[in-house]
Amino acid sequence: MSEIFGIPTQALFGQLLIGLINGSFYALLSLGLAVIFGLLNIINFTHGAQYMMGAFCAWFLMTKLGLGYWWALVLAPIIVGATGMVIERLMLARLYKLDHLYGLLLTFGLALIIQGLFRNEYGSTGLPYAMPEALRGAQNLGFMFLPNYRAWVIVFSLAVCLATWFMIEKTKLGSYLRAATENPQLVQAFGINVPRMVTLTYGFGVGLAALAGVMAAPIYSVNPLMGEHLIIVVFAVVVIGGMGSIMGSIITGFVLGLVEGLTKVFYPEASNTVIFIIMAIVLMIRPAGLFGTPK
Amino acid sequence: MAADRQYTNVVAVRAREQKQQRIAFVAMLAFFMLGPLVIYPVFLMKVMCFALFACAFNLLLGFTGLLSFGHAMFLGMAGYTAAHAAKVWGFTPELAILAGTAVSSLLGLVSGLIAIRRQGIYFAMITLALAQMVYFFCVQAPFTGGEDGIQAVPRGRLFGVIDLANVRAMYVTVFVIFLGGFLLIYRIIHSPFGQVLKAIRENEPRTVSLGYDADRYKLLAFVLSATLSGVAGATSALVFQLAALNAVYWTMSGEVVLMTLVGGMGTIFGPVVGALVVLAMENYLAQLGAWVTIVQGLVFVVCVLTFRRGIAGELAHYLRRREAAHEKALQATKTS
Repeated sequence: MSEIFGIPTQALFGQLLIGLINGSFYALLSLGLAVIFGLLNIINFTHGAQYMMGAFCAWFLMTKLGLGYWWALVLAPIIVGATGMVIERLMLARLYKLDHLYGLLLTFGLALIIQGLFRNEYGSTGLPYAMPEALRGAQNLGFMFLPNYRAWVIVFSLAVCLATWFMIEKTKLGSYLRAATENPQLVQAFGINVPRMVTLTYGFGVGLAALAGVMAAPIYSVNPLMGEHLIIVVFAVVVIGGMGSIMGSIITGFVLGLVEGLTKVFYPEASNTVIFIIMAIVLMIRPAGLFGTPK
Repeated sequence: MAADRQYTNVVAVRAREQKQQRIAFVAMLAFFMLGPLVIYPVFLMKVMCFALFACAFNLLLGFTGLLSFGHAMFLGMAGYTAAHAAKVWGFTPELAILAGTAVSSLLGLVSGLIAIRRQGIYFAMITLALAQMVYFFCVQAPFTGGEDGIQAVPRGRLFGVIDLANVRAMYVTVFVIFLGGFLLIYRIIHSPFGQVLKAIRENEPRTVSLGYDADRYKLLAFVLSATLSGVAGATSALVFQLAALNAVYWTMSGEVVLMTLVGGMGTIFGPVVGALVVLAMENYLAQLGAWVTIVQGLVFVVCVLTFRRGIAGELAHYLRRREAAHEKALQATKTS
């Protein structure tokens, strides 16, 4: 069993693993986008830049303060999430009464500013970020070598995604959130501080992006442009899944990562575009997305 | 009686707006005709190409209410096609531009069929994703020359007669193309078809309930916008004798949104003003590298937060308010 369809198993499983890693980032990012969109009705174009900020935040903590990966995993989402909350309070909050397109344009402008500033400061070559001690090395699974860090990324992001799903779908806090998504006026009338909830939600979504950034830092180099292409792919993922369902975003993210990995094995020329092609097909068959409900 | 007066009022306002538009049109003509005397003509040709691009984009955003974040694909693909046709197949310039335009209309038809299945924010995300797909196609396809693009495109002889290597001949050609596109868009906006587009922008379900097939109207608007963007892209490929990847990249799609936003969404002259302002700014900041992006982002944020009508929109708003105040004062003196 060293070959499947003429492809060495080693290469096949290697690409599938990379696909799953990318899938975890897609899932975390599209989950954040879906949570933000649900309550704010804004598509957060800054998401890719905030993912990049998460990676840079980890790098800063390491080089300037000597705080390692584990600290970064906790602190970076909080710090970047806090900057997100400031942006929400100062800018996005002024746009809720207007057409939703203005929110898209504003966050697009912010993404340009943030990426431009980082590129000015750090160029576009990328900075190395060391893997944490505890996760170096690899396991021999018999049919392939599994690097520990990659296994950790998949397991941890899956856990974060499921925890988010649990919080939104099964807890009281989540029920407030879902109610406010349906009808913010009514929820406010029940004495719940909706504006504060909106700010925290935006911060949370941004925090998820930053968390993905921290996890990406040891795999890819820390680069000002790392979020630029990713965000467009994640938009396609969001269109495919439909933003109505939290679980839908998670599943679509992981599955599309796998599909992309498989394409790299069987038809590498299409690996950059396969997700966009799937998006076009899904739109023709089910315009609301696989998990979306038509409105 | 009251209804009568209101009607004459509407007619008067309409007449006044037409007069203002005529003045603006003459000013624009004068600017592009006399401009080359003081401003570098190649820069002005670039402005005209992008002004046409932004006007075509505005037909979709300003008058139909559809925000496309992928218009670079039409500009870029038309540019590649025209450049390839002129350089490899030896087409004359007018045929090269036609070939580029045909490709972008076809691309507009295909991507439009996919994108109009969703509205609002989804529409923007879908067009962005489709454009990124086209970008990757252009990176990999052999005829685009990858990172180098198609260089040294011959401008050729227009209709086999007029040599476009002459800057003045090229300038006049671009000016005629721009003016033709601009007037066509003006005509579309003021036709019954344009009125339906505006109705869709204001309230789509209601337009559907009145018996209009909104999807067909949106698709046609999308194809028209793609076609005219293609004219702009093909022309600019001949002007600069270059078709390169930056014209298909998403930053270009963002730039045309910025031009329209700065100039004024849903105004007739706004995109032209916006193209001039944005390109002048880029020209000025060019030596500062990444700062161009930062300034662009800042302009986006400032426009969205405080200046949503854009330059042309603010001007029109100011004139309208002044007229209203004037009218009020007149009425007050009459009654007293």
